[in-house]
Amino acid sequence: MLSWLPENISTYGRDIDGLFALIVWVTTPWFLLMQGIILWSVLFNRRRVGRRAWYLRGDTWGQLAWILVPTAIILGLDFLIDARSALVWAHIKQRVPAGATEVRVTAKQFNWEFLYPGPDGRFGTDDDLTLDNELHVPVGQNVVFTLQSKDVIHSFFIPNVRLKQDVLPGRSIRGWFNAEKTGRYEIACAELCGISHYTMRAFLVVHTADEYRDWIEEKWPQAASAAAEPGTPTATELS
Amino acid sequence: MSVHAPAHAAVAHETAHAGSFWRSHVFSVDHKTIGKQYLGIGIGMALVGGLLAYLIRWQLAWPGTPVPGFGWVPEPMFYEGIVPETSYNAFVTMHGTIMVFFVAMPILLGAFGNFLLPIMVGAPDMAFPRLNMMSVWTLGLASLVMLSSFFVENGPASAGWTGYAPLSADATYTADVYWGLNLWIIALMLEFASFLMGGVNFLTTAINMRAPGMTLWRMPLLVWMQLVAAVLFMLSVGPLVAAALMLLGDRTLGTAFFLPERGGDALLWQHLFWFFGHPEVYVILLPGFGIVMEIMPVFARKPFFGYRTVVWATIAAGALSFVVWAHHMFVSGIDPRLANPFSVTTILISVPFSVMVGCMLLTLVGGSIELATPMLFALGTLGTFLIGGVTGIYLGAAALDMYMHDTYFVVAHFHYTLFPSVILGGLAGLYFWFPKMFGRTLNEPLGKLHFWLTFFSFNAVFIPLFFVGLAGHMRRLYDPTQYDLLEPLMDTFPFVSHAFVTKAAIVLIVSQVLLLVNVVWSLLAGEHAADNPWKANTLEWATSSPPPHGNFATLPNVYRDPYEYTPPGSKDDWLPQTAPAAGAAR
Repeated sequence: MLSWLPENISTYGRDIDGLFALIVWVTTPWFLLMQGIILWSVLFNRRRVGRRAWYLRGDTWGQLAWILVPTAIILGLDFLIDARSALVWAHIKQRVPAGATEVRVTAKQFNWEFLYPGPDGRFGTDDDLTLDNELHVPVGQNVVFTLQSKDVIHSFFIPNVRLKQDVLPGRSIRGWFNAEKTGRYEIACAELCGISHYTMRAFLVVHTADEYRDWIEEKWPQAASAAAEPGTPTATELS
Repeated sequence: MSVHAPAHAAVAHETAHAGSFWRSHVFSVDHKTIGKQYLGIGIGMALVGGLLAYLIRWQLAWPGTPVPGFGWVPEPMFYEGIVPETSYNAFVTMHGTIMVFFVAMPILLGAFGNFLLPIMVGAPDMAFPRLNMMSVWTLGLASLVMLSSFFVENGPASAGWTGYAPLSADATYTADVYWGLNLWIIALMLEFASFLMGGVNFLTTAINMRAPGMTLWRMPLLVWMQLVAAVLFMLSVGPLVAAALMLLGDRTLGTAFFLPERGGDALLWQHLFWFFGHPEVYVILLPGFGIVMEIMPVFARKPFFGYRTVVWATIAAGALSFVVWAHHMFVSGIDPRLANPFSVTTILISVPFSVMVGCMLLTLVGGSIELATPMLFALGTLGTFLIGGVTGIYLGAAALDMYMHDTYFVVAHFHYTLFPSVILGGLAGLYFWFPKMFGRTLNEPLGKLHFWLTFFSFNAVFIPLFFVGLAGHMRRLYDPTQYDLLEPLMDTFPFVSHAFVTKAAIVLIVSQVLLLVNVVWSLLAGEHAADNPWKANTLEWATSSPPPHGNFATLPNVYRDPYEYTPPGSKDDWLPQTAPAAGAAR
């Protein structure tokens, strides 16, 4: 079943796929056992002449043990899944790594705006740059995003990163990911947001370190030429 | 007390009976007629819901091509038979709303609850017959209001059956769907009122009007399930009625409960909706389970295994259902620390459900099983529900839900919980109680053919959708070809493809014609049914088919538990609740 998932490119995606595999392994035997009991009963306990059904009321502890013991095992397995899920969840959702590449994402009917702080690393300055429907990030780096919506609820979904987070009007929601593989991947809106919801597509472009530098030079040529002149402090140093 | 109240009610019914056709078939206060009226509304609305499913599936498999049979529908709902994006969202919304509120509840609670609950506890009618009539008429009105929204300017509601604000709170967000969504809210509030009246009747009747000897622990499991469902509904619906009024206020009066730019909150609606929405899942599930639990002992000729244990497990599941709602909201923007506690309670629900399922399985083991049509549908319900239950564990794990949420995996999962209960369970009940309800026998081979076609085509529709969801396919997508990721799911693989799923869905819908043929043929020319064709123990089989006004010629006395099949020391393999003598009585 795992092979149906799209290729995973994020660090924490492996943990999510691992959780998926754990649940497959824990639940499938029980599922087969229960279906097997139905099938077995239908095949071998069919009505025929002379057959008399068992008079089994299930009202003594001895008989109920057939239910309660498996249920106790299921309870234990539940907590195994809970524990694994809680750890993965806490790792992804309950802390945001520091010192990462920052980007602000604004969702609106019906596209995505990605706001980059520019070489100075700060929002609200002249070198901020907004790109529609394209998110460029360096490979192997933590990327922290802040999600905002201008109108209704959208959902920021990158299947290959295993990331989904609803975007709410009136709130800023922070999150992060770390892409391990370069390439161009689709970003989708996963929450019905109006008539053209289905067209609300964007792209995640994961660059190698060199490519990412080239991309920055292309988008912020002034900063790049300033950095090239010896003795001139870069925007980052000035800040 | 339980001796006096029924006597009065029985007298009231005799006078009602003396009336005209209108009095006895339309404006009837008899719970049996009202049950059939609910069944009629449920089946009628199921035709609409099924038709919408066909339109949705056609667009997904062959986007932008004309739907066969819809070329005549005027613009802007269709364009020469092609479903436009506005209509697609509306069809998805209305399919969900109609199936949950106007098919599942009317059939499982309205029809089977109304028809069976009074007879099963040995009462001549519901405690409040006029309130009962008012509840079904309120539902009829609600259905008309809901259907009328198809004909207003800019079409019906299109914000999803969950109606997430602020999309639903301001008409400008949905391309000016105004009255469509207002009527949607009004129809839902009427529906809630209808089932509140029904719930009051169910509770009062089962508590106050049981026949002599019918103790709580001798009530059939279906009665227990209806009671727990009624309590869940009554306790959970209040917040949603309030939320619906607030939403209507935002849309029409200029309030801003759910509009953040004017001080409202976008998440408030989701909390109120799902606080109701999750118990609602059990409101629908439990009566379907109840039907299966009635049928299994009859066709396995065994007592129900662990009767009391199942009742306690049901109550536990009902209580737990009030503290799991945020599992619909793991990625909604709630404080992430809230997710793990809700993940634990959600997965914990597997405990009472494994008890219930385990008891059903042990009712089969060692039985003398006859695969009559009702039993086939009952086994089909259990077998397919297991898929819905198991896949719930995947979604209950918050970290995995980050990927799965709002994909077709969720769509497949909830169809595997609701379809077994509502359609397979409902059909099991219809085939089982049809002789009692209408006094005619259904055709058995035709019933079996109907089962196998329904069972296989249902699985052919929804098993592939799990894999479609795993591949990352979002729900409620008008045209999947917009995404490169989803392009291979159109028709590349033999089974996991929209084209295959849609073909299977058409088979599933067309198969239901067999039921209509069977019912019509049976009503016109079917054999008259015996009073107790299945040799079953519960009280509804101790009266004529169909039962007279007042249900019983003389009020029954109850001597034992409902599922005394194949009791030791008895030659027969059944012992009715009303049979006075026998060593097996406890």
